[in-house]
Amino acid sequence: MSEVQNILLPEGSIEKQTTTLNLGPTHPATHGVFQNILEMDGERVLSAESTVGYIHRAFEKLAERRPLYQITPITDRLNYCSSPINNMGWHMTCEKLLNIQTPKRVDYLRIILMELARISDHLICNSIVGVDTGAFTGFVYLMEYRELIYEIYEEICGSRLTTNIGRIGGFERNFTPAAWQKLEKFLKEYPKALKEFEDLFTRNRIFMDRTIGCGPISPERALNYGFTGPNLRAAGVDYDVRVHTPYASYEDFDFTIPVGSTGDTYDRFLVRNQEMWQSLHIIEQAYQKIQDMKGAASDVYHANVPEYYLPEKKDVYTSMEALIWHFKIIMGEIEMPKGEVYHSVEGANGELGFYLISDGGRTPYRLHFRRPCFIYYQAYEELIKGSMLSDAIVVMSSLNLIAGELDA
Amino acid sequence: MSLTNQIIQEKLIAKFGEQVNSFTEPYGMLTFEAPKDLNLKVLQYLFDEQDLQFRFLTDLQAVHYPDQKGRELAVVYHLHNLVENVRIRFKVFTDIQTPDVFTATQLFATANWMERETYDFYGVNFVGHPNLKRILNVDEMDYFPLRKEFPLEDQTRVDKDDEMFGRGGTI
Repeated sequence: MSEVQNILLPEGSIEKQTTTLNLGPTHPATHGVFQNILEMDGERVLSAESTVGYIHRAFEKLAERRPLYQITPITDRLNYCSSPINNMGWHMTCEKLLNIQTPKRVDYLRIILMELARISDHLICNSIVGVDTGAFTGFVYLMEYRELIYEIYEEICGSRLTTNIGRIGGFERNFTPAAWQKLEKFLKEYPKALKEFEDLFTRNRIFMDRTIGCGPISPERALNYGFTGPNLRAAGVDYDVRVHTPYASYEDFDFTIPVGSTGDTYDRFLVRNQEMWQSLHIIEQAYQKIQDMKGAASDVYHANVPEYYLPEKKDVYTSMEALIWHFKIIMGEIEMPKGEVYHSVEGANGELGFYLISDGGRTPYRLHFRRPCFIYYQAYEELIKGSMLSDAIVVMSSLNLIAGELDA
Repeated sequence: MSLTNQIIQEKLIAKFGEQVNSFTEPYGMLTFEAPKDLNLKVLQYLFDEQDLQFRFLTDLQAVHYPDQKGRELAVVYHLHNLVENVRIRFKVFTDIQTPDVFTATQLFATANWMERETYDFYGVNFVGHPNLKRILNVDEMDYFPLRKEFPLEDQTRVDKDDEMFGRGGTI
């Protein structure tokens, strides 16, 4: 080794024979703000250290000064690839605290939206796995259908990404005929595209060689690490909140929970693909159930809870009662009962839980979000130890990490 | 045999006697307390015992109660028995001067980041944690922001000259 060092390297880095590599925080392949400090021996990852918190926005603190309805837009920004699930989960948590029973039709409408959100989340995740393994085509094919899903949201609530959809007790307005038409269009066209996507990937030799055995995890480790959602099911544990603790009348539906066996990237991909088919199946059933409803039940879109459900604008202008409720709700002057409630929903990447403590005031005393990807991301260091750098990238995208949810 | 809250409560009392207490069932979830030195023993017992098997740590967080002298901070564990599908909530209280609670990382790998997050926001010192440092906030921060002594900005404050946002200033 020569006396003079030409490149500025940290002290001792030549002696230790390994390289320290900063993957992120803004690396094009990490799809979000993730920093990993990797210790590399050539192309192999010897150890990794994840740093998170780059987009931390103190949601739990903010929530302590907001009335319930103002917290919904915060939940949008957790997993922003499937905001409706977060919104519905939050509404259901409030309803559990306030003892509100929702009509069946509201439950089914919610299920349609939640399953659409699940599809839009999974299709992003799976097509990004494709992109990271070098196949851009699938991504372009499926992106078109996320657009169709966003158009349905738009028709219902007016926005696309951060939806703020629904209210405590139901929906702000009924689904319009245009929304139903768009849903029908999606149900008709999406299976063909998904089939094509699967044909491109599932038995593709290059894709299989690239992903099989890449970042596997055993069911025991996965449970110990608190994995939930598709990542846990890919490891072979059939835990799904929709089945274990049904909410929003999921018990009325007939669907199966796909499970994998090895917990590697390929299994995670297959589980997500299969879940999209199941979601389509659920949406079709919900659509049919709503079409079959007769009489007054076929028109309700919210529960009758004037204390929490914002009245319609035309009533606010014409009726005294509605004006008072409108004012009280908007000003956050509604007191909620004392209590402590944990409610969880099956988010697109795992069990999304809300732990809400109310001391009888107008805002939560404490609100904690159980964000699935924050919890399973800590396994990443173990998953990529000893693998190639390029595998580390694929493992990261197949875990479906969403920076907004990770950092809350 | 299906596991009910009743059975869990009886088993815990048989094992720990008076030390586990305050059993309640808010919205159907069994909730109880134990002294903070006992938290690992209780968690281990819930994990190992043949009929209980609470082996999935769903969530861990803290709550700050500034008015309860001597027990200002609560660390809350949500545990789940996936086979019987029963959830329970377990709390330990600690004073805020010496917020030392034993770490659950040996039992649950997932407790690692959850405890770091709890430390970050509430300053609960998890004794025995392998890497207890801030996770979401910056390392230089010298306070614990989710404690109740740090209120969010008061909308009626007048010390801020902030014309654009309708507070103070001259119009």
